Amino acid sequence: MKRTTTWIGCAALGVLACLLMAGPMAVAQNTTNANEAAKAPAASTAMAMPEVTGPSAAQEAANPDNWAMPSLNDAATRYSSLNQINAGNASHLQVAWTFSTGVLRGHEGQPLVIGNTMYLVTPFPNNVFALDLNHNERILWEYTPTQNPDVIPVMCCDTVNRGVAYGDGKIILHQADNTVVALDAKTGKEVWKTPLASYKEGATGTDAPLVVGDKVLVGVSGGEFGVQGFLAALDIKDGHIIWKAYSEGPDSQILFNSETTSLGKPVGTDSSLKTWKGDEWKIGGGDTWGWYSYDPKLHLVYYGSGNPSTWNPNQRPGDNKWSMTIFARNIDTGVAKWVYQMTPHDQWDYDGVNEMILANLNVDGHEVPALVHFDRNGLAYVLNRDNGELIAAHKYDPAVNWTTGVDMNKSSPDYGRPKVVEKYAPGSKGVNVNYTGICPAALGSKDEQPAAFDPQTQLFYVPTNHVCMDYEPYPVAYTAGQPYVGATLSMFPGPGGYMGRFIAFNPVTGKTVWAIDDQFSDWGGALATGGGVVFYGTLKGYLQAVDAKTGKLLYSFKTPSGIIGNVMTYMHDGKQYVAVLSGVGGWAGIGLAAGLTDPHAGLGAVGGYAALKNYTTLGGQLTVFALPGK
Amino acid sequence: MTRRSRIILTTLAFVAASGIATFAALPGDPKPVAESGGLWTDKDGSPTYNIGKDGTVDWGTFIGYLRYSDSCLRCHGPDGSGSSYAPDLAQALRQISYAEFIADVAGGIKAVNTAQQLVMPSFADDKNVMCFIQEIYSYLRARSTGALGRGRPAKIAPEPKGFDEASYKCLGIPQ
Repeated sequence: MKRTTTWIGCAALGVLACLLMAGPMAVAQNTTNANEAAKAPAASTAMAMPEVTGPSAAQEAANPDNWAMPSLNDAATRYSSLNQINAGNASHLQVAWTFSTGVLRGHEGQPLVIGNTMYLVTPFPNNVFALDLNHNERILWEYTPTQNPDVIPVMCCDTVNRGVAYGDGKIILHQADNTVVALDAKTGKEVWKTPLASYKEGATGTDAPLVVGDKVLVGVSGGEFGVQGFLAALDIKDGHIIWKAYSEGPDSQILFNSETTSLGKPVGTDSSLKTWKGDEWKIGGGDTWGWYSYDPKLHLVYYGSGNPSTWNPNQRPGDNKWSMTIFARNIDTGVAKWVYQMTPHDQWDYDGVNEMILANLNVDGHEVPALVHFDRNGLAYVLNRDNGELIAAHKYDPAVNWTTGVDMNKSSPDYGRPKVVEKYAPGSKGVNVNYTGICPAALGSKDEQPAAFDPQTQLFYVPTNHVCMDYEPYPVAYTAGQPYVGATLSMFPGPGGYMGRFIAFNPVTGKTVWAIDDQFSDWGGALATGGGVVFYGTLKGYLQAVDAKTGKLLYSFKTPSGIIGNVMTYMHDGKQYVAVLSGVGGWAGIGLAAGLTDPHAGLGAVGGYAALKNYTTLGGQLTVFALPGK
Repeated sequence: MTRRSRIILTTLAFVAASGIATFAALPGDPKPVAESGGLWTDKDGSPTYNIGKDGTVDWGTFIGYLRYSDSCLRCHGPDGSGSSYAPDLAQALRQISYAEFIADVAGGIKAVNTAQQLVMPSFADDKNVMCFIQEIYSYLRARSTGALGRGRPAKIAPEPKGFDEASYKCLGIPQ
């Protein structure tokens, strides 16, 4: 399987690029010792910016030993062809080494491994470490940014960071204060720094950038602060902004033209402005804090936008386009080729930012270039990633009740819209009404924790939340840099009394092949491997290895803190490793630290759900696993 | 100037004038003695809750429950019960007076050192907080004494006349 993937990578890159890869990679492996570089006079960096270049992200990602992109590859499959660890031997896994990050907040994201070096970033203050895998993981360099701590309280859901990216010999960090920094991968020295939007207005950085060729793609967080969302493309050489495409606003800001389509039809002029009252779009959210993927053949970058601000739907009549939308944009110009709004006029905070997995799927006997997206709203969407055609939209948690499904009738005026169940729609009867029993809760059937796609089984492995809510909207005022929320949410475990499910799912048919129920939400991202083993982490802190075909638990190890990070794998010196960050927190750490109560249970049952704090506590650690022996 | 904003300013002035001596004070007897516009106060004039024998929760405390969720929940967790990075307010409010509560909310708190990076912002300019600061305090006070359990109050006193109008006016948004 390893060779197969290498050749697929070569096919995508062109054979010449594959042959050229051997050169720069060999060089990089010989220069991971940063001591000499560190001894160089600092003045030289300050006086003349050194030219830092190196292999591209795609070149490094094509080597199956590496984990060179946050989502492993630009298709965001999180499928590694490494197969040394397989269903037959996974039960023998053991801890190979550990690393403490020194920070005790929520640890989302994953490290990178390129050649002999591992790179990882902590939550705020966003320290970046380069670890030498050749010398017992000693610290090659550490980068400690200086950020104003006032950024901490404007991060909606803990001070998380979902990982650094690599490209052109640089490590790219999107800091909490919304500054993008490029570091020399060999020395950790700053190459360039670009501030995006201001944290003083609630705009923050939590996402892992995606590097495509000479461009760095980054979004923005701040949907609970009314921040107008955007995706920016920065030049990896010097950090200047090449294009910036907003989620809402005039066509000149959202980079739409006459050829931009939705469900096969041109959207026309002012498609966003027409769906907002007055200037509400300026504080309308639609933030872009999730994951980005890229199709090198179509030259399209894919991502989703988040909730429209405020959470009180009655205050923002209209469809609130293009919040809650999947975007396909041209990588060079940023112009949108197609868009699809999943949740028009959101009434639940079902951000559309979850990962867009690019996979070629068999649909009715034909191979389709698909985009698969497990949305917060509980529906798994399959679209043709070339033209945005909607192929399927199935519930992936049977608890989902706010909609009866998407109107798939192409001649219907509501084609492509979800059929909303009025009693579960907090905009249906105005403010100051408590809408009860809505599933899923605002944190979605799945949040940012990424799924993985295994081309061998053709299945998607999805960590999910099985949580419901009551939703009570009310009017709120907007103040720059202050929360702009406008609803009280009570969350409680879904039917069955548990809060998480890890599932193997076919999004074309809507069939759940197997499911593992979990007491708490499964908030750690999945990894699928060529060895037929799927990995994920749990909020209690367990790293779990399961059989991709059957879901049978093969191995489980309790790490020091709850896992909200994503499992990754790499090969070093002929040995396969599996790694995951522990450190409970994030949105999962808000409600679940105290435990959730069921407002609809009898009096005696209130508080009966065990709190997560009975199982784990704060931490910040990387745990790395391998099979015994050399 | 609305009644509501006048109360806020008066309270802030009181905090400023009273200085450090106020900070050692504990909340005192929560017994409700007076009511105005659905909001109860204790003998010292601090906001408090009034929960009937049948469990009916006064309007002000209920509004506090709602508005707490708007600006406080994302850090302090559901029902004021804390999160992985912010303290349990049901516990914390046993230790501080109303004046100190106001000072913390309006001024913010910073605990940034090698061991932790905890920052609470200033909410002084946030109408969603300051228009309802008394209600939020009543609610958290009820949580801190154990008078009110977790979750949305099951029985709520009727909405007083003019409450909605006053709220919209204070928030500065059209009704």
